[in-house]
Amino acid sequence: MSKAQVFESCDAAIEGIEDGSTILVGGFGLAGMPFDLIDALIRQGTNDLTIVSNNAGNSEVGLAALLKTGRVRKVVCSFPRQPDSYIFDDLYRSGEIELELVPQGNLAERMRAAGAGIGAFYCPTAVGTPLAEGREVRTIEGRDYLLEYPIRGDYALISAHKADPMGNLVYRKTARNFGPVMATAAATTIAQVSEVVPLGSLDAEAVVTPSIYVDRIVPVDTRRYTVQGAR
Amino acid sequence: MTIRSIDEASIGTATVEHLDRGALSTSELAAVIARDIPDGSFVNLGIGQPTRVADYLSSEAGVVLHTENGMLNMGPAAQGLDVDPDLTNAGKVPVTELPGAAYFDQADSFAMMRGGHLDVCVLGAFQVSFSGDLANWHTGQLEAIPAVGGAMDLAMGSKVVFVMMSLFTKTGASKLVPTVTYPLTGVSCVSRVYSDYATFDLTADDVVIRETWGISVSALRKRIGP
Repeated sequence: MSKAQVFESCDAAIEGIEDGSTILVGGFGLAGMPFDLIDALIRQGTNDLTIVSNNAGNSEVGLAALLKTGRVRKVVCSFPRQPDSYIFDDLYRSGEIELELVPQGNLAERMRAAGAGIGAFYCPTAVGTPLAEGREVRTIEGRDYLLEYPIRGDYALISAHKADPMGNLVYRKTARNFGPVMATAAATTIAQVSEVVPLGSLDAEAVVTPSIYVDRIVPVDTRRYTVQGAR
Repeated sequence: MTIRSIDEASIGTATVEHLDRGALSTSELAAVIARDIPDGSFVNLGIGQPTRVADYLSSEAGVVLHTENGMLNMGPAAQGLDVDPDLTNAGKVPVTELPGAAYFDQADSFAMMRGGHLDVCVLGAFQVSFSGDLANWHTGQLEAIPAVGGAMDLAMGSKVVFVMMSLFTKTGASKLVPTVTYPLTGVSCVSRVYSDYATFDLTADDVVIRETWGISVSALRKRIGP
């Protein structure tokens, strides 16, 4: 399909997500988190999910609210423990959620590999650490590397700043974070945006995620939220 | 592996002992590190204490700060109306952008680390070994929830890794140790340790004490062994 579908509601935009899906969820902390798509997923009631995201939720909003429903079987992330990650912390301590801990750069590169058709790659990060246990090590030109496999999503839920009706995306500041790479790595990419602008009004030179990676877009009201550490 | 002062290492300059004062405060330590960062470097400052180094980098030095959540030429922390939830540092604290800033996605952000484009990173540590092994991500306690973030990528990717830490634990044990006992972040990756009592160069063969504050070289050697 050459053109993204534009939806009026997040509930319609996430239709079809099945139990047992692997979902890539954008955001670094709260910046770039697709709050409205996650809320729709909670309403939809999908169960037995694997979530790939940098963090494991903050406070009780967004990803944390999804975890609270108990419908997430496994989290693949780099930094679950935060001062306000108490929902994940309790689930993890009581054994109700599985954790695959992946260094942040490997998390990104494994998704990049998935989106770029790379079967696996060798990466120096985590060599000699507990995260290397049981993994293949290859010495290349005198340096050790670990074999890393791609991470693919059935769906990616991301947040961008603006889209055009084709599905081209631009982001805002550090809220870009995982959005562009997740958009490439999922079978179906769904983006919530602050605004869908008329065709031709995005600067083609400044498009960050080209429309080929984006399947569904839905405009949402910009949500104001308090950032941890804000003074 | 031996612990030497600079004069014994025959580099031509002697280790400087500041015995007329106590150990460095965190701010003073941050200033010492800032002084040693070459002008024009691309630098990543780790979450926590290393963030303070930014306060002592002069704008004339032209140091460009990288934050791994996707930005170059990050500015100071944002205050009041400047707080923008879409603009934070790796510690998720609101920050500002400087003229010439650039934003990029996570794959690019870590590619520029691993690809050898980042000149210096400054990281905190639980322990560092004499040979430069770093432990800073996990206490190893069973009940602790592990979180690694970008620590391992930075340790292996940055051209130079500085550690900023207090030299001794609350019970007085040295955090610069012959062998790290906490879970490793990276192997042989730290080139220099900046601590409240002394700075150390970690070389392939030994530990060289560069400068001390509030403690003599001989007393320092006794406290950190081996």
